[in-house]
Amino acid sequence: MSLRFVSGKLLGALGTFAFVIVFNFFLFRVVEGNPVGTLFRGRNLTEAQRAELRHQFGLDGSKLDQFWHYLVQLAHFNLGRSYETNATVISEIGHAAWPTVVLVGVSTLLSTIIGVWMGIVAGWRRGSWRDHGLTSFTMATYAMPDFWLGMLLLIAFAVLLGWFPIGGISDPASTATGFSKLLEEAHYLVLPCATLTVAYLGEYSIVMRSSLVDVKQEDYLVLARAKGLRDALVRRRHAVPNALLPVVTLIAINFGFVLSGAIAVESIYSWPGLGLATYHAIRAPDLPMLQGLFLVFSASVIFFNLLADLAYAYLDPRVRTA
Amino acid sequence: MTTVAAASSARRIAWARRRRALRRAVGDFGHSRSGLVGLAILVVVVAFALAAPLIANHDNLDPSKTLDTPLWASPAKHGPLGTDSEGRPIWDQLVYGARISLLVGLAATVIAMVIGSAVGIAAGFYGRWTGAVLMRLTEWFLVIPFLPLAIVLAAILGPNVRNVIIVIGITSWPGTARVIRAQVLTLKERLYVERSRALGASNRHLMLRHIVPNVSPLILANTTLTVPIAILSESTLSFLGLGDQQKPSWGRMLDEAFSNGAIGQNAWWWYLPPGIGIVLVVLAFTFVGHALEEVLDPRLRERRS
Repeated sequence: MSLRFVSGKLLGALGTFAFVIVFNFFLFRVVEGNPVGTLFRGRNLTEAQRAELRHQFGLDGSKLDQFWHYLVQLAHFNLGRSYETNATVISEIGHAAWPTVVLVGVSTLLSTIIGVWMGIVAGWRRGSWRDHGLTSFTMATYAMPDFWLGMLLLIAFAVLLGWFPIGGISDPASTATGFSKLLEEAHYLVLPCATLTVAYLGEYSIVMRSSLVDVKQEDYLVLARAKGLRDALVRRRHAVPNALLPVVTLIAINFGFVLSGAIAVESIYSWPGLGLATYHAIRAPDLPMLQGLFLVFSASVIFFNLLADLAYAYLDPRVRTA
Repeated sequence: MTTVAAASSARRIAWARRRRALRRAVGDFGHSRSGLVGLAILVVVVAFALAAPLIANHDNLDPSKTLDTPLWASPAKHGPLGTDSEGRPIWDQLVYGARISLLVGLAATVIAMVIGSAVGIAAGFYGRWTGAVLMRLTEWFLVIPFLPLAIVLAAILGPNVRNVIIVIGITSWPGTARVIRAQVLTLKERLYVERSRALGASNRHLMLRHIVPNVSPLILANTTLTVPIAILSESTLSFLGLGDQQKPSWGRMLDEAFSNGAIGQNAWWWYLPPGIGIVLVVLAFTFVGHALEEVLDPRLRERRS
């Protein structure tokens, strides 16, 4: 991979991030002319208090001054204070990040593996009963709102069957340590993780299937068969590795959606991550918190898109020169 | 005199060709079983939504007017679909909710299609600077995660139906813009466009006469595939409390069911119907969209045959 390619992609990602930063500023300061008014809607404030709040939020001075103030604060990782808890936004986000990383990480891994496997099974024998069954299943999961799927799983497996806890991340009364503690926490992870996995494996399956169908028409597969390779070997060695390429990009594109899905699913299962924090920030409404969360979500999506671009170029030599 | 006759006959030929193409497209669509199923579901749901004042009672949406109906009644006790925690019949909410869900889905899609097509056509047609700048903008909007952006916008603008439509509309266009641009780029190189340009056609003429008619099937197919996404987005925004508090949509019904403990009470008649409604409508639009895509996209038509 040439240095020029990598630096180009890096610059592109930085440019996008710069856009998000500017956009974030405008979203909160200019679109809404008076954030202090919105934030403290319905409260009696004296003019002096208002001025003090405006100063505190960096809203006095010209728009240019404000923008500079915002950039300086951002450079110091100062995202302001949560209106609800009065803790700094950055510390709130820091606390909530880890549960979301676990949830999104595990579910992305599972949905990729299961989805790709389903896509291979369906695409390799197009038109078979397995293909029809799997395609119907993925269509159904695609059409379901992820939070509704979460509600259904919650009702079935936590309320009616009682196999899993109703919500939260761990039992506060638990005395377990070490491995059994880990096992207990995994127990809490099962339902939210299953929801996100089922909600997003459909797309992997669909993309893998159509990619495999395309690859099946390539000449090198005819050659592989002509060499006398067994069907399973043709699939494993020649078809699947090439068909996997589009899935790599999809993982990154989906990442943004999985984060969004996590917002709804975390609020259903009271999973104390960034999604639940977003849910609370919406209900409050806690604008500094929303602004910080938006920045974190955008930054992580940009980062993963960059990773996917680089991974794609590494895997597919044709892209590098483009 | 001769030129006029030639022009009118050329127009007649063109119209005859369009009529033939339309007849063939309708015929092809009729062969797609899933497309027809989707269309049938849509006709039924739209009929219910339009007939809402006839088959449901709008007064029942107001909890202060349902004081004499039982709370948490199952369908067996209070037909046809039971009541919620405030005694409001689920049936009336479901029928009137269909209106809001469909309205938001369709209106937001229109906004997304107008922006997406305009940006896509402009970016593809005007290369160089305009195209590059527009594409950069599209990439940016593609990367910004949709739901957080929509949440922030909805929180700032305030929760009502109009704002939800605007929010979904202005966050759902980049995918369309990219698809349209790719198509315009190939169309621009076609011989008939070159010929028209050589004959002295203006950019305006080229765009309106050659580019737009040729991308419109693509826009149509894209529209039917964007509506389900818009409907799902609406339900998520409503579920998170960013929908209109006065008007029931399917997403809002699910939000109320969840926050009022329908899960603990296992009031299945409350949380199942709106979800099933969303799934059916989303599936229907997706089926119709894929069928249209196959009918209208020559490349897919060839692959299928």
